Amino acid sequence: MNFSVKALSLSVAAALLMMGCGKNEEAPKPAATAPVAPAATVVKIGHVGPLTGGIAHLGKDNENGARLAAEEANAAGIRIGGAPVTFEVIGEDDQGDPKVGNTVAQKLVDAKVVGVVGHLNSGVSIPASAIYNQAGIPMISGSSTNPALTEQGFAGVFRVVGRDDQQGPAVANYLVATYQPKTVAVIDDATAYGEGLANEVEKTLKAAGVTVLPREKGTDKTADWKAILTKIKGKQPDAVFYGGMDATGGPLLKQARELKLAAVFSFGDGACTDKMAELAGAAAEGLICSQAGIPVQAAGKSFTDAYKAKFGIDPILYAPFTYDSTKLLIAAMQKADSADPAKYLPALKAIDFTGASGTIRFDEKGDRKDAEMTIFTLKDAKITPLAIIKGGKSLTLDEYAALVAPPAAK
Amino acid sequence: MDILLQQIINGLTTGSVYAIVALGYTMVYGVIQLINFAHGEVVMIGAMVAFSVIMAVVGMGLPLPPVVIVLGGVLAAIPVCMAIGYLLERVAYRPLRHAPRLAPLITAIGMSIVLQHLALLIWGRDPRAFPQIMENTSHAIGGAAISSVQIAIILLSVAMMAGLTWFVYRTKFGIAIRATAEDVRVAALMGVDANRVIAVTFVIAAALGAVAGVMVGTYYGIAHYTMGFILGLKAFSAAVLGGIGNLAGAMLGGILLGLVEALGAGYIGEFTDLCQWPVARDLLAERCMADGHVVLFGSNYQDVFAFLVLILVLVFRPSGLLGERVSERA
Repeated sequence: MNFSVKALSLSVAAALLMMGCGKNEEAPKPAATAPVAPAATVVKIGHVGPLTGGIAHLGKDNENGARLAAEEANAAGIRIGGAPVTFEVIGEDDQGDPKVGNTVAQKLVDAKVVGVVGHLNSGVSIPASAIYNQAGIPMISGSSTNPALTEQGFAGVFRVVGRDDQQGPAVANYLVATYQPKTVAVIDDATAYGEGLANEVEKTLKAAGVTVLPREKGTDKTADWKAILTKIKGKQPDAVFYGGMDATGGPLLKQARELKLAAVFSFGDGACTDKMAELAGAAAEGLICSQAGIPVQAAGKSFTDAYKAKFGIDPILYAPFTYDSTKLLIAAMQKADSADPAKYLPALKAIDFTGASGTIRFDEKGDRKDAEMTIFTLKDAKITPLAIIKGGKSLTLDEYAALVAPPAAK
Repeated sequence: MDILLQQIINGLTTGSVYAIVALGYTMVYGVIQLINFAHGEVVMIGAMVAFSVIMAVVGMGLPLPPVVIVLGGVLAAIPVCMAIGYLLERVAYRPLRHAPRLAPLITAIGMSIVLQHLALLIWGRDPRAFPQIMENTSHAIGGAAISSVQIAIILLSVAMMAGLTWFVYRTKFGIAIRATAEDVRVAALMGVDANRVIAVTFVIAAALGAVAGVMVGTYYGIAHYTMGFILGLKAFSAAVLGGIGNLAGAMLGGILLGLVEALGAGYIGEFTDLCQWPVARDLLAERCMADGHVVLFGSNYQDVFAFLVLILVLVFRPSGLLGERVSERA
């Protein structure tokens, strides 16, 4: 009897070990495929996003973007300070949790990274940015849209997406102009991102004379929205806005339709992915959502193709932006001819770079100048751009393509 | 009124699921006084296995009626979960049966982490959307909508609870389970094979968990490798609320918890809207005029209710609403 128990536990342990090995084999791949010249200096760039938890797919998407950029740079054989360098992306998992975010930020600082791409969630980026700032390491977020991130006066904090005080008004104004709602219910997931964006939307709606119902809140892990939706249904709003991510937004939309809530549904960038169609099924058709940048469809084709060739899937949301963030760091290092953060930071501030997401220049706060906003609707299970808002003007995808034709062809 | 009815329907549905999962906790606790914290992950794996099977069958495009496909998913999930339940008991808990009580508790948490990451390796980190193959028609009753999935969940839960009660109180094996629950050593002296009884208890708990997993998956339309954690914690609260170790208590606790959550999330915002209370309205006149509402506790406290209930029960009635069976042992 005892023997068989031991054998069983041994075999389970062995199975687990084997799985562990299987996973380990995956990790060193990028390094193995990179051409390692014997004397090459390794320049470490950190990438942080949630690789576990409800929005791990978006975190992985971001990390893929960063890895692709580093690999392309390595293939190009970049020399800094006269010596060949190899860029190594150190991917960390912040679980979308501010506490874990701070721990891994410190870990990256200790690992002597020269720059950081990330984090994904605003609520995680904001506290982590203080750690990078103290260590003098520049950070570029490819997806954190909460205005507070770049309002802290940190010299080395940048973002290549728009801000929620641009995104919120954009989606709210679109709702008002298109549907003329009288009453709107606003829900958020109680994160810095979701709540911040919902506040901006509410502000714009109220300014437009729309009645906004008292705020309802879930969490970034909520699966059961029925109680909240039932309560909202009793108030009969014409439209609903949800500030949160797709993993919670999908069930929200699906349950709303099951309860026969007939309002127009609108979401922010976190829930503006094709995944919505999968998570909410037919209920997702016709939803309105916004992204704080140009649509993936408008991203440079060379990027989209390279991404697909390498990872076998399409980029989901902000991969073009983390790709560009990584390229920005590398371009600034090349320009300053140094991988020392103190030396290349001025070059990064003054950079004028055209990447997969269009032309990037930073203002004095570290925000992207003239950031675009895109309004989408979900049609035939794909998010389809309705309008790109650039410099206060609303453009269609074709008009935008015509406007930026030369850089987009990159 | 129709809103109240709708919230009650919502609460009954989630409550039925909590009850089924809570039964798994309470049965295991009943026989070996162990909180099997890995039970939530068993539920998650049930949902995931059913998801894979349903996707595979849908992918083959067989002209089967949707109910049969979902049933196929359930029938595949049950044996997988039973095997996991058995393995858990055999590998993680049996060797520690006579160890101090803290040791198996820590193993349970460890097994929960192992199972979660196993699911991460197999099914990935994306939230998985359950295919909506069953036509989810809503039926109107008194102004509220009840979907066929909700009806199925409630009916199936009642049937499973009845079946389990019959099994435990009317069969010979049920007597063995109850005897073991009262005293393992005495039961063994009376010729009850305690190891077998305990293993079967784990297996039954896991089978219930598998069905609960499929219910949650089809109800919310989503399955994810972390879904078992909060669900398990809430079901555990439900089991404690009813009196852990007590079958009827787990059922009552689950249903009550579901109702408390739904009604709490639905109404606390309105009750704590300070602008409707005379004194507060005068004090906050400016903000009430500007905003119309100053809400003290909003629906974001939904998840807090489960744990608030847990704390209140532990403080005022540590043995739960229906009392635990431990007292019988003396």
